[in-house]
Amino acid sequence: MFSASDLRKGLKVQIDGEPYIITEFDFSKPGKGQALYRTKMRNMITGNQFTQTYRSNDKFEKPDLEERTMQFLYSQDDEFHFMDTSSYDQIFLTREQLGDNISFLMDNMEVQVLFFGGDRPIDISLPIFVNLEVIRADPWVKGDTSGTDTKPVTVETGYKLQVPPFVEEGDKIQIDTRSGEYITRVKE
Amino acid sequence: MLSPQRLQQRSDLLQAVRTFFLSRSYIEVDTPIRQPVLIPEAEIRPVPAGEWFLQTSPELCMKRLLASGCTQIFQICHCFRQGETGRLHQEEFTMLEWYHTGWDYHDLMDECEQLIGAVGQCLTTATVQNVMPTLTLSDKSAWQNHNRQPQKAMKVGPRGMASSQVLRFSDKKISLTPPWQRLSVEEAFQKFCGTSAQQAVEQGRFDELLVERVEPHLGWDSPLFLYDYPVALASLAQQKKTDPAVAERFELYIGGIELANGFTELIDRDVQRQRFYAELEKQQMHGLSHLLPEKFLQDLVDVPECAGIALGLDRLLMVCVGATTLAEVLPFTAHDL
Repeated sequence: MFSASDLRKGLKVQIDGEPYIITEFDFSKPGKGQALYRTKMRNMITGNQFTQTYRSNDKFEKPDLEERTMQFLYSQDDEFHFMDTSSYDQIFLTREQLGDNISFLMDNMEVQVLFFGGDRPIDISLPIFVNLEVIRADPWVKGDTSGTDTKPVTVETGYKLQVPPFVEEGDKIQIDTRSGEYITRVKE
Repeated sequence: MLSPQRLQQRSDLLQAVRTFFLSRSYIEVDTPIRQPVLIPEAEIRPVPAGEWFLQTSPELCMKRLLASGCTQIFQICHCFRQGETGRLHQEEFTMLEWYHTGWDYHDLMDECEQLIGAVGQCLTTATVQNVMPTLTLSDKSAWQNHNRQPQKAMKVGPRGMASSQVLRFSDKKISLTPPWQRLSVEEAFQKFCGTSAQQAVEQGRFDELLVERVEPHLGWDSPLFLYDYPVALASLAQQKKTDPAVAERFELYIGGIELANGFTELIDRDVQRQRFYAELEKQQMHGLSHLLPEKFLQDLVDVPECAGIALGLDRLLMVCVGATTLAEVLPFTAHDL
């Protein structure tokens, strides 16, 4: 069990049987008054957000969350299938559940799948850095009116991003999956 | 950890406060911060220190000094409140507390205007010697120049304070020219919540409405005094003679931030004991101490009519220099240690 004084940004709690993550947190207290724990939370299954103020004596269940290493196998329609690398169990998550992660997901990639209540997959976490091949790069036009020293490219997953001018079609580049930004060119 | 410049501003603030009070015939006192019994306050958790506790406020000892014959006293001290950590809270913080016999809470409001005006002026015109400017690594030449001219005094820019007695805080200009706004708690609740303060107390929603609906609006044109609290929230304040439903208590707000809490002090020992009992009852639900500060109650009969106030000095520095978190003005936060 968590009590209100344990609340902080990033903490995961269970409310009405569903897991929530705290996205914003503020402690406030009138000098002589009650401590108020003001939170903004996101439902980890539906993505719905809400704000709520709690008092010192409020209690929260710990959600049953577990991460397992799994390999991405294939996608069919809107279902993305993964396999547990030790038990060979297979599960799938929907395109909606994966959100922006799809931009970086490659066949055979190992990811951490988050399970709620033992057997319900709700989210994945990608490796922080992934290497992807550039499949389309326009030549850089010097003096581009945008005034930036970058150009747009498309990588093999279909994701588009800005990279330095020297990156060419066929190059492999490293991308930070947290920001979606270019890190470096990778030599094979 | 604070930069040397911020430490200088902190030092300027402390000196300005002392100068203000000493020029008005106050004496500075320093009472023990570790005590065997504290004020029973249901919503404030003390930090234990051995068998005793670190003070949550210097109020008990200071009032006992009034009983012994002091007439005007002030103290700058550290107070400790367990579990209070946030943008505007640290478990250890700096309190400025002062008492004046023969005064009521309106006199103290006037003095707050003068104190903060004087302190603000001082922080504006502070001239600093021997303080390194904040430098980034790329500022090497500035660093070298500075070392070449170590004798040259630097003007600390009026960070937040302008000479026309305007406080710049959170992109707003807050005028320090007296008189400041005064708003009763009842007026504030009617205006911002559409309900009476008394009703909010009865529904157990007073603190929540205060924090979420009222406080954000207070103290933006000028600092603001919120006064006359429902008697259920009187704490150690005296009941108002002309309106027994409220207590002669006020809080000072600047830019939505609570800075100070002052009272016409309750000096009736029996009433004070009853209020302590009521707090103890609430405290016992939390399994806390069940002792009353008997020596304080014993001395209370000798305390003359007086008014007293506690002001969060860290928060005052915060608004004076335009910082938005307490961590930006404390020499060290818990996180730094």
